[in-house]
Amino acid sequence: MTKMTNNNPLLSVRGLHASAGDLEILNGVDLEVNAGEVHAIMGPNGSGKSTLANVLAGRPDYTVTAGQAIYDGEDLLALEPEIRARMGVFLAFQYPVELPGVRAWQFLKAGVDARRQHHGEEELSARDFDRLLREKVQMVEIDPELVRRAVNEGFSGGEKKRNEILQMAVLEPRLALLDETDSGLDIDALRIVSDGVNKLRSQDNATVLVTHYQRMLNYIRPDKVHVLLDGRIVRSGGPELALELEEKGYDWIREAASYE
Amino acid sequence: MTQAPTRHERYFADHQALAAASPGPAWLDTLRAAGWERFNAIGFPTARRGNERWKYTAVAPIARVNFAYPFLPPDNVGGPEPDFGFAAVSAAADFDGETGDAIRQHLGRLASFEDDGFAALNTAFLRDVAVVRVPDGSGAPVAVRVNHAATDGPDVEQRYARHPRTLILAGRNANLTVIETYTGPPGPRYFTNAVTEIVVSEGAQVDHYRLLNESPAAYHVGVTRVHQARDSSFSSASFALGTALARNDFAVTLDGPGAYCSLNGLYYTGQGQHIDNLISIDHAQPHCTSRLNYKGILDGNSRAVFGGEVLVRRNAQKSDAQQTDKNLLLSEDAEVDSKPSLLIYADDVQCSHGATAGQIDAQTLFYLRSRGLDLAAASRMLISAFAREIVNTVKPQPLRDYLDSLFDRNIAVKTLPVGR
Ligand SMILES: Nc1ncnc2c1ncn2[C@@H]1O[C@H](COP(=O)(O)OP(=O)(O)OP(=O)(O)O)[C@@H](O)[C@H]1O
Ligand SMILES: [Mg+2]
Repeated sequence: MTKMTNNNPLLSVRGLHASAGDLEILNGVDLEVNAGEVHAIMGPNGSGKSTLANVLAGRPDYTVTAGQAIYDGEDLLALEPEIRARMGVFLAFQYPVELPGVRAWQFLKAGVDARRQHHGEEELSARDFDRLLREKVQMVEIDPELVRRAVNEGFSGGEKKRNEILQMAVLEPRLALLDETDSGLDIDALRIVSDGVNKLRSQDNATVLVTHYQRMLNYIRPDKVHVLLDGRIVRSGGPELALELEEKGYDWIREAASYE
Repeated sequence: MTQAPTRHERYFADHQALAAASPGPAWLDTLRAAGWERFNAIGFPTARRGNERWKYTAVAPIARVNFAYPFLPPDNVGGPEPDFGFAAVSAAADFDGETGDAIRQHLGRLASFEDDGFAALNTAFLRDVAVVRVPDGSGAPVAVRVNHAATDGPDVEQRYARHPRTLILAGRNANLTVIETYTGPPGPRYFTNAVTEIVVSEGAQVDHYRLLNESPAAYHVGVTRVHQARDSSFSSASFALGTALARNDFAVTLDGPGAYCSLNGLYYTGQGQHIDNLISIDHAQPHCTSRLNYKGILDGNSRAVFGGEVLVRRNAQKSDAQQTDKNLLLSEDAEVDSKPSLLIYADDVQCSHGATAGQIDAQTLFYLRSRGLDLAAASRMLISAFAREIVNTVKPQPLRDYLDSLFDRNIAVKTLPVGR
């Protein structure tokens, strides 16, 4: 059983600073996400959106130099990436990795079993996992043929993105971080991926979407929209902020931010 | 018998004792004697004098030991390997009758010992030959296994050499699958000095699997010679689990238009081990295709040498040759010398080669960890995926499953090159 989130946010990020080598990328990010919410993070190229998502997922390339992230009452940044995953954090990669020779079935089952063991549950039988996978394949409308192949190997850009959503559906995260999962999707795929996210949405979990475009937000209505600029969240608002950005670009925010 | 003064007295004494104890037909006695004479003249190979074939592998650990011949019964019965549902072939060859004629006609023809001390030594100790023979025109599938299982010699203090010999004769349009395995007891540093000759006649199709699963402390030198006639097809997969020193000298001659060969290999070496693969393909006739794909997994301070030689002769137009050698390094101390070489004398050909060596990619590892797999599980999954490309070339399902788990079991993830 997962803890009920009695008024505490599912994720609370405070003053987060992170760097890669000598390069400081995140310069004090503050973000609160409650269970049941969908947040969108927008911002120009290179502003640190992927870095934020990857730091939360535990990518070893980054060093956190200050700040904290509390997830479900735990000090998230102190945990190995696999422990975060088992506790329900999921990152859909901006650039999913090809795994030649790794069968999707085996890969996903290992992830599901690792999570179950973490929660003191038994591994799934092959049969039960088969059933689970088939159900999720139908749910996210992915070509079953893709699941028989090696993970992401030779997949098109859009197929890789769909496959991230399949993984999300199978692993049933409490906190899903989707890093530009909408980029490179055709209109049908965008609808399917958005449907997938909406179907998985519940009072107990939350989604953070990193995106450049309004179009996915037409399908998945966010509770909050944030603008990340030079490693900081400089403005937050409702869904209307995304429309405004689409219309006006980032310069006005950049100017406004520089007066603060 | 008069001989030049010998430098290898123990081998000489055993060679003579073998000749006395197991006299063969006259041709066999002559062949054995010729093998000895040649070995005595050239001895073991050295890296000196620009010997490219042995450039990175020192055979001193073998040369300095006086290995004895164990005088055991033909050694291919038993062994720990499952039978994969294949019929076993005995190494107790019958040198009489029709089979005897075929042996006499072919034995030693492909595995020349003129320049090869190991093949010469093997020939000097010819007694047992595992013969696999499919007559001309019999297209019915034949599947057999040859298990050269070393057993302990009579004296526990002594170190022994064995000289397994295999002769595979696939007649016209034959359809043959052969599994050749080498196993031995753990512990003693015994020496296996194997020679295999494979004749693939016109239109024949041969699938050949070679599994080296010897003691981690053993020495193994294997010479395989394949001759392919017109429109024949030869697919091989060689698997090697690490030994102290292993050499896989595998040469194929594409000697008729339309011949095709696919040579695959997978090797794993751990601390203190060394493997040397020398794979040569001779495009001697036009319109032949060759594929070479070897993969290595290296742990500890082990070392792998890979030499891929493709020769395309002047008349061999429309040759199509591709070779790759990929190595996965599990430790900072492991080392690969990969040296593909292409000698092309024809002008209308397609040839390519590539070699890589690298550690598990950090980004890939993070992808797996972000799905809940810990470092060890993620590494194991990636290593077996790397190996699987070669394991998947194995057609018989029982053998494929066996190899899958054999490699998984043996590849203990001791050193993790990339971490947090
Ligand atoms: N591992 C790394 N090593 C060095 N520099 C990095 C690394 N990761 C990110 N950076 C740099 O940090 C900055 C922010 O990168 P990040 O990928 O977070 O941007 P982004 O907001 O996701 O951009 P985009 O919209 O193009 O995806 C960029 O200048 C990038 O080059
Ligand atoms: Mg990005």
